[in-house]
Amino acid sequence: MMPAAVMNGLMYGSIYALVALGLTLIYGVLHIINFAHGALLMLALYAAFFLYSILGIDPYLGILIVVPGSFIFGYVLYRFMIGKLAHGKDQNILLITLGLSIVFENMAMLFFSADQRTVNLSYSFETVDLGFVLLSIPKLISFFASLVICFLLWMLMSMTDLGKAIRAVAKERQGARLVGIDVDKIFAATYGIGIACLGAAGCLLLPIFYVDPYTGNLFVIIAFTIVVLGGMGSIVGALIGGFIIGITESVGGLILGESLGQIGISVIFILILMFRPNGLFGGKT
Amino acid sequence: MALLLDVKSISKSFGGLKAVSDASLSVDEGKIVSLIGPNGAGKTTLFAIISGFLGADSGRVFLNNENITGMKPHRICDKGMVRTFQITQPFASLSTLENIMVGAYKNTSLKAKAKQKATEVAELVGMTHLLNTEANSLTVAGRKRLELARALATDPKLLLLDEVMAGLNPSEIDEIVNIIKIIRDSGVTIFLIEHVMKAVVNLSDYSYVLNDGVLIAHGTPKQIANDPLVIEAYLGQGAAKAMTKNTPTKAKASKTSKKGGKS
Amino acid sequence: MGLLVLAIVLPLAIQNNFYLDVLTIIFFTAYLGQSWNILGGYAGQFSFGGVMFFGTGAYASTILWTTYGIPPIYGVFVAILAGAIVGLIVGYASFRYGLRGSYFALITLAFAEMLRIIANSVEFTGGGVGIFLNFEPSIMNLQFINARGFYYLSLGMVVISIIIAMWLERSRFGAQLIAIRENEDAAEALGINVLRSKILAIMIMGGMGGAAGTFYAQKYLYLDPPIAYSIALSVEMLLVTIVGGMGTVFGPLVGSFVLHIVTEVAKHLIESPGLSLIVYGFILILIIAYLPNGLIGLFKGLSGKRGK
Repeated sequence: MMPAAVMNGLMYGSIYALVALGLTLIYGVLHIINFAHGALLMLALYAAFFLYSILGIDPYLGILIVVPGSFIFGYVLYRFMIGKLAHGKDQNILLITLGLSIVFENMAMLFFSADQRTVNLSYSFETVDLGFVLLSIPKLISFFASLVICFLLWMLMSMTDLGKAIRAVAKERQGARLVGIDVDKIFAATYGIGIACLGAAGCLLLPIFYVDPYTGNLFVIIAFTIVVLGGMGSIVGALIGGFIIGITESVGGLILGESLGQIGISVIFILILMFRPNGLFGGKT
Repeated sequence: MALLLDVKSISKSFGGLKAVSDASLSVDEGKIVSLIGPNGAGKTTLFAIISGFLGADSGRVFLNNENITGMKPHRICDKGMVRTFQITQPFASLSTLENIMVGAYKNTSLKAKAKQKATEVAELVGMTHLLNTEANSLTVAGRKRLELARALATDPKLLLLDEVMAGLNPSEIDEIVNIIKIIRDSGVTIFLIEHVMKAVVNLSDYSYVLNDGVLIAHGTPKQIANDPLVIEAYLGQGAAKAMTKNTPTKAKASKTSKKGGKS
Repeated sequence: MGLLVLAIVLPLAIQNNFYLDVLTIIFFTAYLGQSWNILGGYAGQFSFGGVMFFGTGAYASTILWTTYGIPPIYGVFVAILAGAIVGLIVGYASFRYGLRGSYFALITLAFAEMLRIIANSVEFTGGGVGIFLNFEPSIMNLQFINARGFYYLSLGMVVISIIIAMWLERSRFGAQLIAIRENEDAAEALGINVLRSKILAIMIMGGMGGAAGTFYAQKYLYLDPPIAYSIALSVEMLLVTIVGGMGTVFGPLVGSFVLHIVTEVAKHLIESPGLSLIVYGFILILIIAYLPNGLIGLFKGLSGKRGK
């Protein structure tokens, strides 16, 4: 059972990594803790769901629509709401993003009802036999897709002008301003990229999971645990942390049972914050 | 004269950088002692270690013959030593009175008594007219004074002042110098880090000079003003030699003209 | 003072149970908000997991009653103790290791979540099924036949919470908490044992939360992990306080009144459970953005009390 659990953990872990990537990017550049991350993932899941149920677009193709859409949504959200309203104070941003998550969650409740939604694709139940474990096709697709997206993100950050500008702002805000970078726009763009990651994660997650208005809550702690485990602001950390947590969750569920298994994540979160708050790859706070 | 503060062989490194090397000094009760030196000399680091905000790699600190090395700052405050901060740390949204009361509360649990003490201390430092002003709204000079008043309200035996004059104009400096003298006269021993030479010369009974983490000289202000090592520390290598070519008075004048930012 | 007399006399005039019930809930939420206020408003440490004290206290007194027959009037003290102990543990784990600001908020969330999972998985809490409580009205059981009894109980609780806040405002401990909120290092330098003060504050919050748990269980007669450790309650605690005014004596009460009135109005407009919460979310955002001192801060500003 163990190898299957580990594989399962890896599959989910790659998607968790994608979720955490957005969060760590937002923290690394904007230095804010985006409490709305879980709720925004939930919205992405719904977006993917409705693209499929109304327009018949396969979620994996839906990425092409959801990701840009998420970027724009995130950009606008930051530019005209979060950035403006927080007046720069750390605790304010936390509360504002908390407020946003409440609004999103309950709007979803209002408009989409509390029913759990899933998608059944034509290939949802097909599997690949690896010998020691059977892997469902969607899980496999999601796994590779998220790796590809992580790689694309890495390329964006290291090779494009935008990526360089973002890294400049992350390292030295004032200096970046001095060389003519529009820091406010970069902030919004970074936030947008972070949400775009959620858009992708949502499309990849929907076929192997479900969505209801409270799905976001499940992922908040997971995402934050990965980010502190990997180190706030570290992209490599988010990736590796994602896998570690995915496997922990899976193996934990195997050993401790379905309900108690979830506790592993909270415990890891607490222990990391207490004893190694910079995480595995985190530099300065 | 009793030895109030005795610092023995303190060393501290940050990574590969040795911030303080084997520094030893002492402060007699009732005196004003200053710690001077160029920027980056390690003065604030030493202060932080003495007042419990930073741990030393080696060495010990004695207050009134009691070993306070490694004690947490609030316990050191209980023992009678309190410090101010170079970059002022006011309780921003509280009034001047409320700020000082926090210090006063150390020795009483009654609000009325704390208020009374705070009012008295405020008068001593000349802040009576600012009692109801929000700390945020104070000028730099006001905040420095508040920092001083707050610390004073704890009735310390030893007051550590970290560059209390930085950012003040000459007349403000004169005022603070007077206040410090009054505080000393009321029985409080004072140990201060300072850049402003005029103040150092005016106030100190004794001075220690720190450069690159090492104590290079100590003595009365007059003694260290003429110490070639000290002159070199401030003005660069060879300056002392260059100076001896000139008259002694010129050397003194050059020394007091050095003002600085952070240590 | 006059308001208090009014509040005491009110149930004699109003026979309508519905209104008494609404007021009971308002007082209850204000009480919980005040507990959050002690740590969040006065000491400046924002917690997102306040419900953990509530849930633990609720389970404590409920299990003592349903399994061991100990009446809730005694059980509530155990609940208070349980809440305080949870506060001690969480406080020590967080503050001893230097967690502040957002990190502290998140770790409290993690602790609450942890407790929920445990409650869901163990036998003696009834697991996911939960515990049903009997309705046997008596003072010993902290249960009442009519709404009036619960009304007075919640009134008493909120009055006690207000007295605690008033005590903070004029005591040394309160001044120390406020100093910690404003500047921890300076507070430490001035002789305040920051760690001990923070832990004490969270223990008070915990004890208060524990009692609230007992009250809830005895009134609503059912307890399960999602109820006992619901994030919504954690949010509501901080919301009423922030809206009313953090670090003020009457902030939580004012905030509770306003939010519940908004809820009732919203319920009349649209028959939907989610709407009032959407409004809550918006209110939180707007208050943080434009009125960070809450409604009480607004009044003070208008009446010119805060002179600059």
